[in-house]
Amino acid sequence: MLHVTELEKTFYPGTPAEKHALGPVTLTLQDGEFVTLIGGNGAGKSTLFNAIAGEFLPDAGFIELDGQDITFLPEHRRAALIGRLFQDPMKGTAPSMTMEENLTLAYLSAGRGGTLRGKAQRRAFFAAQLERLGLGLETRLKTPVGLLSGGQRQALTLLMATIVPPRLLLLDEHTAALDPATAEKVLALTNEIVREHHLTCMMVTHNIDTALRTGTRTLMLEDGRLVLDLAGEARAGMTVETLLAKFRSSLNNDRILLPGSGAV
Amino acid sequence: MSLLVFSGSVEQGLIYGLVALALLVSYRVLDIADLTVDGSFTLGAGASAMLVLAGHPLLGLLVAPLAGALAGVVTALLQTKCKVAPILAGIITMTALYSINLMVMGGRSNLQLLRTETVFTAVRALLGDSVGPLVLLAAVDVVVCTLLGLFLRTRTGLAVRATGDNPAMVRASSINPAVTTLIGLAIANALVGLAGGLIAQYQQFTEVGGGTGTVVLGLASLIIGEVVTGRSSMPRRLAGAIVGAIVYRLILALALSASVTPQNLKLVSAIIVAAAISAPAIKQRVQLAQKKRKAVREHAARH
Repeated sequence: MLHVTELEKTFYPGTPAEKHALGPVTLTLQDGEFVTLIGGNGAGKSTLFNAIAGEFLPDAGFIELDGQDITFLPEHRRAALIGRLFQDPMKGTAPSMTMEENLTLAYLSAGRGGTLRGKAQRRAFFAAQLERLGLGLETRLKTPVGLLSGGQRQALTLLMATIVPPRLLLLDEHTAALDPATAEKVLALTNEIVREHHLTCMMVTHNIDTALRTGTRTLMLEDGRLVLDLAGEARAGMTVETLLAKFRSSLNNDRILLPGSGAV
Repeated sequence: MSLLVFSGSVEQGLIYGLVALALLVSYRVLDIADLTVDGSFTLGAGASAMLVLAGHPLLGLLVAPLAGALAGVVTALLQTKCKVAPILAGIITMTALYSINLMVMGGRSNLQLLRTETVFTAVRALLGDSVGPLVLLAAVDVVVCTLLGLFLRTRTGLAVRATGDNPAMVRASSINPAVTTLIGLAIANALVGLAGGLIAQYQQFTEVGGGTGTVVLGLASLIIGEVVTGRSSMPRRLAGAIVGAIVYRLILALALSASVTPQNLKLVSAIIVAAAISAPAIKQRVQLAQKKRKAVREHAARH
């Protein structure tokens, strides 16, 4: 379970380039909740993710994951709890290392640690996991990752991030750089893995339709603040057109009308 | 080439192969041009020579890699904790090491180890003049290659490799790049220190400027090795570093017998490295020029 309390961040304070990027943001994700996050460019989506992942320290506020205060935990220590995927499929894997080496590293580095110590045991496990992707990668464990396509690499990164289920999965537009068919496949795979491991997950997307169809809850950020929080019936009744209209008015910096008490 | 020159080249190749292995770790795996090497080579040599003079040649070969590792740690901390650019961090350590090496060598700029007991006099007495050093050095290289190969398969070893391969991935993972850089540079310079320690006892002589150009020499060996064995797998690359160093020594011996004077040897090394590293770029330019000429010809033929 993730608790974000009054989180705030301003970049380059006291300079002409000062940018209030985030907050105050207060947000709670229940165990197993799958949240989609939308908002215009510069709305603070990636900033929120980077703050949770520990890329920088916030100016104010707290972040709690599974009852543990991680606000000041170094980034690499948090990474043992949090799985991350980025838009760029090249960012998540080491190209000159083989698939097996990449998976081994991910498996042995994960927070709770893998229990399969033997190499042969691990190899069989990896092959079984890769087979589920349906990309024919299971026979190519010895292939350097650099030889895979972007979609294959992103699918592999997804597998690496979840091979030992993390407490929180952050997906930052992880299908945006893929062709439509591959994007669909990776998204379906994401859904499957999140459901199977009952993962708590946040996903940034620019596709409003995807945002409404995927997961259980949709948030919208504007100027670093949460302006919309849709779940349950309100979300089920929301159409792409209505949400798009809200999105447009948000981009025009018009005042947003929040539906019911779901707003933050 | 006489048999004596040949076996001498192989022996030196086996020693400098350790430097090539070090550069495989720092330059190829970590993607850092680590110039500490020129200083840590002499550091290992000086420490080893002093312990030989004190009557502990074997201890000298244990202290030499430890001293080298320490130098690597300093360079790594400058890079990761003080944010000094990698090349500059190496230069700073290398410069500091010049003074430190003089201190280690008791303020003398060179040390003679003639008529003292070294590990090589010991193996010569044990196995004979001709094969003793070869057996010892081959054993050292096999052990070092095996240990390094096994290490690079562990979680920590894979993390070191990923650090050089994809820094963005490592930053977003649970690997601490400061730690992996430190481990990698410590291992690399430990190997260099060991090579320095061996060469001091092998040549029964060491001088404070003896490490100059070690980086270039190690790189030349590494690149030659990659041409010979390829870069397809880690065991091949490890073996390639040693093979490359031996081939490089043989080339130098040939150059010497073909009347290249010893003072020009470093120039020859530099040319080999510059040529080998720039070869792909030059090849590409030549191919592009050919393609252009062909296209122009075909275009002209059609009109």
